[in-house]
Amino acid sequence: MLDFFKRIFNPEPSSATARERLRLVLLSDHLALAPDVVESLKLDLIAVISKYVDVDAANCDVTFEQQDRAVAMLANIPILGMKPAERKPPAGPAAPVAPAAAPPSEPSSFTDSAPAPAAVIHAPVLEPTIVEAVTGDAEAVLSLPVVVAAPAAPKPRRRRRRRASVNPAPAVG
Amino acid sequence: MHELRDEVPVAPPAATKRGRAIVVTSGKGGVGKTTTTANVGAALGATGASVVLVDADVGLRNLDIVLGLESRVRFHVLDVLEGKAELDDALVSDKRVPTMKLLAASQTREKDDVDTQAFRALIERLRERFDYVLIDCPAGIETGFQNAIVAADEAIVVCTPEVSAVRDADRVVGLLGERLSIRLIVNRLRPALVRRGKMLSVDDVNAILRLPLLGVIADEPGVIVSTNKGEPLALDETSTTGSAYRKIAARIIGTDTSAPEIPREATFMEKLFGGRR
Repeated sequence: MLDFFKRIFNPEPSSATARERLRLVLLSDHLALAPDVVESLKLDLIAVISKYVDVDAANCDVTFEQQDRAVAMLANIPILGMKPAERKPPAGPAAPVAPAAAPPSEPSSFTDSAPAPAAVIHAPVLEPTIVEAVTGDAEAVLSLPVVVAAPAAPKPRRRRRRRASVNPAPAVG
Repeated sequence: MHELRDEVPVAPPAATKRGRAIVVTSGKGGVGKTTTTANVGAALGATGASVVLVDADVGLRNLDIVLGLESRVRFHVLDVLEGKAELDDALVSDKRVPTMKLLAASQTREKDDVDTQAFRALIERLRERFDYVLIDCPAGIETGFQNAIVAADEAIVVCTPEVSAVRDADRVVGLLGERLSIRLIVNRLRPALVRRGKMLSVDDVNAILRLPLLGVIADEPGVIVSTNKGEPLALDETSTTGSAYRKIAARIIGTDTSAPEIPREATFMEKLFGGRR
């Protein structure tokens, strides 16, 4: 019933839906076309996580998949064990990925004795910035505000404005 | 505002003729590449510039029928490439536009039959004789597309305000790369739908593609009627859309530097009295 009234009085124009769908699909397209960007993202992720745990670098996998209202980054990084020396993460600016997000429950729950679990970072990419995304296959420069293990942020209901050509990164992440 | 790509070079060289080779492409099929090529070509020719329209859609030849020249094609582009016909015998003249010629595609052959280097050499030959060489690119991004773009140094991307067309155009722009200077024609815009939020606007399309806008063509019956008759709308002095094509030609030549107009809705009186054919 409420939906009915919403539809009558506040219909979301289908062109807005088209814009949003295009934005997402082109993000996926550009990611798929920029394997070198994804590769260096993967290497950086491995480097950061390796500061805390031993990871199986050869079997890491970073993929992007389109979900309902976001493009999600899926990082599958098999963990071999804790690093013996550095139990305590260094304080200060070395916080790895998501300063604002709650600590991810899944990756932090394992212990040394448990069989090596895989740290699955499930990061919805909220408002990616694509600089000069149309100029070439390998030139999608991405700024990824990553929120680890947080649910996808709700999409703004009505988008009146197009995203600007060079988006400032949003406050999240 | 979004940044636009570099402006295309305007002045043609003077000493030995080296016309501009412009490929009309889109990625997606059915967005109006051939109609655009025919009309922009006719409009260029109507200014007195010499133009040759090359149908690179081998196997699915259509430029001749859209131009109304289908009964006059005797040889096609592969005949020339394979030495079975002289170039001059294959160039079809058009009585309505004396400076315009057509080089038709072959209907019974395949795109893989075209030798890329030979095609490039043919376009180079044409550039020595014509001010403008307009290449009608086939849909898709396979061999036919590669052949069509290899000899061009400018591209017109035709895109309709639909998600599929925009996505494909985005892909094509990536494939065209930095070598070609690219401009955009938004085709089949329906202003009334845009106003009601039921169609992507020109700004929506170009917020994604970010190309210099060459023109906007409305989705109107006149285009279909002119194609039915084989009479390019660009030659119809009374048609608003024909005028839009002529302005596109003027922008290509460089004589019109004004920003393209966005087609408006027909007024009540225009609707009442038909106005357009």
